[in-house]
Amino acid sequence: MSRAITFLTRRRGGRGWHWTDVFIWTWLIGGLIVMFGPALWLVMSSFKSPAQLAEFPPTLLPYATEQVMVEGYDKPLNLFTAKLPDGTTKVMAEVRRIGIVSQLVDPEEPGEIVKVNIADREPVRQVHFATENYTEPFEHFDFLQYLKNSVFVTVIATLITLLTNSMAAFALSKYQFRGRNFVLLLIVGTLMVPLSVLLVPLYSVISAVGLFDSLWGVILPTVATPTGVFLLRQYMLTIPDELIDAARMDNASEWQIYWRIILPLAAPALAVLAIFSVVWRWNDFLWPLVVLSRKELYTLQVGLNTYAGELNVQWHFILAMTVVTMIPVVLVFVFLQRYITAGIAGTGLK
Amino acid sequence: MGRIKLTNIDRAYGKTKILHGINLDIQDGELLVLVGPSGCGKSTLLRLIAGLDQPTAGTLEIDGRDVTKTSAADRGLAMVFQSYALYPHMTVRQNLAFGLENIRMDKAEIDSRINEAARMLEIGQYLDRRPGQLSGGQRQRVAIGRAVVRNPTAFLLDEPLSNLDAELRISTRAEIAALHKRLATTMVYVTHDQVEAMTLANRIVVMRAGRIEQVGKPLELYNEPANLFVAGFIGAPRMNLMPAKVKAVKAGSVSIESAGGLKATVKADGHKLKVGDDVTMGVRPHDLSLDGSADGLIEAEVNMTEVLGPETVAHATTSDGQKIVAVLNGQRQNSAGDTIKLGFDASKAHLFDAKGERVRSAA
Repeated sequence: MSRAITFLTRRRGGRGWHWTDVFIWTWLIGGLIVMFGPALWLVMSSFKSPAQLAEFPPTLLPYATEQVMVEGYDKPLNLFTAKLPDGTTKVMAEVRRIGIVSQLVDPEEPGEIVKVNIADREPVRQVHFATENYTEPFEHFDFLQYLKNSVFVTVIATLITLLTNSMAAFALSKYQFRGRNFVLLLIVGTLMVPLSVLLVPLYSVISAVGLFDSLWGVILPTVATPTGVFLLRQYMLTIPDELIDAARMDNASEWQIYWRIILPLAAPALAVLAIFSVVWRWNDFLWPLVVLSRKELYTLQVGLNTYAGELNVQWHFILAMTVVTMIPVVLVFVFLQRYITAGIAGTGLK
Repeated sequence: MGRIKLTNIDRAYGKTKILHGINLDIQDGELLVLVGPSGCGKSTLLRLIAGLDQPTAGTLEIDGRDVTKTSAADRGLAMVFQSYALYPHMTVRQNLAFGLENIRMDKAEIDSRINEAARMLEIGQYLDRRPGQLSGGQRQRVAIGRAVVRNPTAFLLDEPLSNLDAELRISTRAEIAALHKRLATTMVYVTHDQVEAMTLANRIVVMRAGRIEQVGKPLELYNEPANLFVAGFIGAPRMNLMPAKVKAVKAGSVSIESAGGLKATVKADGHKLKVGDDVTMGVRPHDLSLDGSADGLIEAEVNMTEVLGPETVAHATTSDGQKIVAVLNGQRQNSAGDTIKLGFDASKAHLFDAKGERVRSAA
């Protein structure tokens, strides 16, 4: 621990501060705020009540006004620190508010009502996490159904992506045929075509083959990714051809060479592509929104959109469910990031 | 059976011709070594035999069956690769079993073959390890084992020892020789190392630039190289090759001399030579001695001597700038600048005509 502190507080200037030390600390702290701030803000806000979300100026931590049960009143009353007309400051419970006048009552002596201008009272607040933002969508909305759809789309699309892309990459890296480079160029070239250009034609195709409003319509158009083919091909180029020759001498069919030699050896690159694919499919919004129209087929990202109505946006639910949808992606990165860095470093440049 | 016959094999990549009309008849049970400098096409030839590559012209027969268009898997051959090409994600046992599983062999039979090969190659205790956990020598044995379990018609070995250190190379070489003796299966062995070729081969094929220069038993190649290339390639240190001119031609012998002080009478059938023709004379460093009364004499100035103990290697230069290497018996202390007279026996000298072809001795 002390060594970690020694390491972290190490400075170029020794005891003093060299300008690079100042610069690095500013840079790192600034970077931390820029990168991590929004995520932190999201998580904190997801625990706020709708009223607090609308509050200005906003606070980082979620607060709730403290409440108390007062004799003679059925509902719990909010507590306020009020400046009373006689000049003293006291913690009072608010019975009701009429215009700019607040009617307060002392919880100890509930008989007497005091009228105070609302500017003269401050709510007594404490940190409170509104967990109902999380529990309610699970209880009253189709959140679980959306989750199921998202998991289905992500898992199936990733499996098909790995299979088809690795087959294409195998052919493009290990077979010599006329036009091989042209095909590769064509595949990589499609990287330059954005989804928005393809949206309408893709929609016609999906609609024509009867996949509209079906999860397969979400899955199939996304499984062939040029990035995946390229990534896997570059990795497979590093697998020695002699292994394939050896397998051929060992009576292996081309399928066996692919399935039993190439695929296991390409595992690091496959892991990288699997991670990417999971993240892409999980976060996909536009295409599922276009294809899916029945509510029970919605994926999470589309489902989140339903909390934003025409007249009323339920920010507290949107924020909370956004946090929930982020969890798998965060977990993927936490546990598999070494594959990502190793995979990206290991592919392409060898 | 494992007789492999190559007829007029050509291989070209685009316009670059790698192999030119290779004709070769490999006998059953023979250990044939393909040797030559890198890029001479020996590995390509082996891949053609294996079926991993197709010839552009010519035919290839195994045991009388034309297999030119047959795939590698159906030729019944096994190959040991230079890099061993062991499947890194499989254990040694799985590596050995892979080829047998692919031909849907009975599980018990696979096990018995693996155990037999493991016993023979002493890899029994590594069977459950991965190739990455083995040393170079152990991997080499596994690679050979993978070929052995297949029970092939012939083994094809592509520079199998080149990744081993010197000591291991010698012992593995002996093991391959023993293996060949025991299995009595045809082996085609590619190497660029002439010591491997000399020690292992029943016959050696010397290749250069896609052509076969000479085929013969190791000592035939050493004693009677067919041309200048083979003369220079086989034998270490290299044969001394000296340009000279024909001085006189007699029945059964040719007298030559050079500006650099070489005078010799060589036993050769010189009826195609005329006085004044350009020839090249070769004499091996080991055939040179300090005997001034020998059939041939070379005068040269010593540049450097390497005293190795049993013998002394003398590097010298003749007066016309020709470099000479002589391996002399015993320990000699000739200092640089000394002039020595190197003598050699007429029967040990090799004569090559202007085209580089050997001038054969009169029968």
